[in-house]
Amino acid sequence: MNSLQRVLTALGQKEPDRVPFFLLVTMHGAKELGLSIKDYFSRAENVVAGQLRMREKYRHDCLYNFFYAALEVESWGGEVVYFDDGPPNSGVPLISRPEDINKIRPPRVREVPCLQKVLQAHEMAKARVGDEVMIIGVVMSPFSLPVMQMGFDKYIEIMCERRDLFDQLLRMNEEFCVEWANAQLEAGATAICYFDPLSSPAIVSRDLYLATGFEIARRTIGRFKGPAAIHMASGNCLPIIDDLAQTGTVAVGVSVFEDLAAVKTAARGRFAVLGNLNGIEMRRWTPEQAEAAVKDAIAKAGPGGGFILSDNHGEIPCQVPDDVLMAISEAVHKWGKYPLHWLGEAPHEG
Amino acid sequence: MDAQNELYHALLSVNRPAATKLLLETVADWTPAARIEKLITPVMRRIGDEWESGQVSLAQNYMSGLICDDLVGAILPATGRATKNHPPLAIVTLEDHHSLGRKIVSSFVRLAGFDLLDYGPGVTVEDLLVKLKRDGIKILLISALMLRAAFRVRDLVALARAEGLAVKVIVGGAPFIFDGQLWQDVGADAMASTASEAVSVVERMAREIK
Repeated sequence: MNSLQRVLTALGQKEPDRVPFFLLVTMHGAKELGLSIKDYFSRAENVVAGQLRMREKYRHDCLYNFFYAALEVESWGGEVVYFDDGPPNSGVPLISRPEDINKIRPPRVREVPCLQKVLQAHEMAKARVGDEVMIIGVVMSPFSLPVMQMGFDKYIEIMCERRDLFDQLLRMNEEFCVEWANAQLEAGATAICYFDPLSSPAIVSRDLYLATGFEIARRTIGRFKGPAAIHMASGNCLPIIDDLAQTGTVAVGVSVFEDLAAVKTAARGRFAVLGNLNGIEMRRWTPEQAEAAVKDAIAKAGPGGGFILSDNHGEIPCQVPDDVLMAISEAVHKWGKYPLHWLGEAPHEG
Repeated sequence: MDAQNELYHALLSVNRPAATKLLLETVADWTPAARIEKLITPVMRRIGDEWESGQVSLAQNYMSGLICDDLVGAILPATGRATKNHPPLAIVTLEDHHSLGRKIVSSFVRLAGFDLLDYGPGVTVEDLLVKLKRDGIKILLISALMLRAAFRVRDLVALARAEGLAVKVIVGGAPFIFDGQLWQDVGADAMASTASEAVSVVERMAREIK
C-alpha cells in the first residue's frame, strides 16, 4: 500500500496497513537545505526539495506544499514580515479602516507571482511523486482570511456591527478562495486543506457560525473541483461537529484541547479526524514523550480507520528538534500497524 | 429582568443600542461609580468567567469589552476612569499585529479600575525597553500570538534585568496556553490564560509592589 492508498483508505473509514500520518513541517526543509526561511520560500524548487527530503527522512504520508499563512494576504498586496526563527507573518493589515473594504479588489491567481510559486511547487511535486503520495494544497477560508487582511479585532467588529462591509469582503474572499483552490488542484494538489479557525466555537458562537462561516464553508467547498478537509488550526470543533459534517469536508483537523476519542466517535462514518499532537509543547518533548503521545492518539482514534495522525495546528514550529520528529515517525511505524492488536481489540471491518 | 441580566443579554447579543440605553437612560439616576461597580464590573466578570468555561465565544467577549469600554468613556468623560492607586501599568502586543488579545485584556483591566498605557501592536523588544524606562512601568502585560514572539519575552526580560528595570512581566496568548510551561521558560513572572485571570494577577502584583 502506498501513501496515497493508505490515506484514501483511512479517509474511507477503513483500516489501511498502518495509521497514516502527516508531519506538517513547513520550515524544517529550510534548515535541511541550509537556507534562511526567506530564501527557502523564494523558490518553488526549494520547497519541493525540502518536502521530499522531509518525507524521505520521516517516512510520512504527504507532501505539504504550504508556504506560509500570510502568502494569501501578500497576494492581495499586504505586507509580509520574514523572520529567521518562525513563519513569515502578516505585517500591518492591508485594510486599516473598515471602509477600505470598498477599495480593495481580489487578486487574479494567475497574475500573482507568490501564488504562482505555489502552483509551480504542486506541478513539480506531482511530477516527482505522481499518484503515490497525497499533495496537500492550502487555502485560508474566506471566513478566516480577514484576520490577516484587517486584524482580528477590526474583523470581529465588522462581523458583529457592520454586516454590509462584512458581506462585501466575504464575497470577494469566497471568489478568490474558489479560484485559488481550483488552481492548486489543477496544478497537481490532491486535496485542499481549508484552514478555518474562526469557525471554532471558541471564537464565534454556534449561532453566528451558522449564519456566517458554516454557509460560507458549504458554498465554497462545494465549488472546489477536488476534496477538501477543514482544519480548525488549534480551534475546537466538537460543539459544531454535526454542522461540519454538512460542509462536504472529508476530514477535520482537531485541537489538542479536545478529547480525540470523543471527536472520533462523533465523526465516525461522516468524516475522518486529523490530529492532534501538541506542536507547541513538542519543542521540549523527549523521544519517550513523543512516543507516548503518538500511542495515546492512536489508541483514541486509530481503531476502525478514519484517522490521520498529525499535529493540532497544521504547522509544526521550526523549534521542534529533529529527534522529536524522528521519534514521532518511529512511534507511528511501531504502534500504528493495523490491526492494532496491542490495544486488545479485534480488527475492525471498517 | 434586572439591570445586570439586561446588560448581560445586550452585550452577548452585541446589542449596543440596548446596552447604551440601559447605562445612559434606564439607570441614569445611579451615580457613575454605581453604574460601573454594580452593573458593568459584575456583568463583565460573569462574561469573563463564561468565556473561561467555554460558554461565551471570543467574539462575544471582545465585543462586550469594547461596548463597555465605550460606555464607561461616556459615563466618565471628564474625570477619567482610573479608580485605584496602583503602580504604573502597560500592555503591549509584542512584534506582531494581532491586537485582539491585547484589546480584550485592556478592556477588562480598565474596567476593573486600573489605568494602563497601551503601547499597541508590532512593538519590538528594543522599542519596548525605551518605553518602559520612559514611563517607569512596574507591571507589563504582554500579548503574543506567534511562538517566536513568545520567545522574544526572554530577550526582553534579560535586557530589562541588565538595565536594572524592576518590571514584573505577565504574559498571555496562544503559545502560552498551548504550552503551560512556556511562560517560565521565557522568564516571565506570571501568565494569564484569560482576561479575567489577567485582572487577578495584576491585582495581586499591584498589592505586592506596594
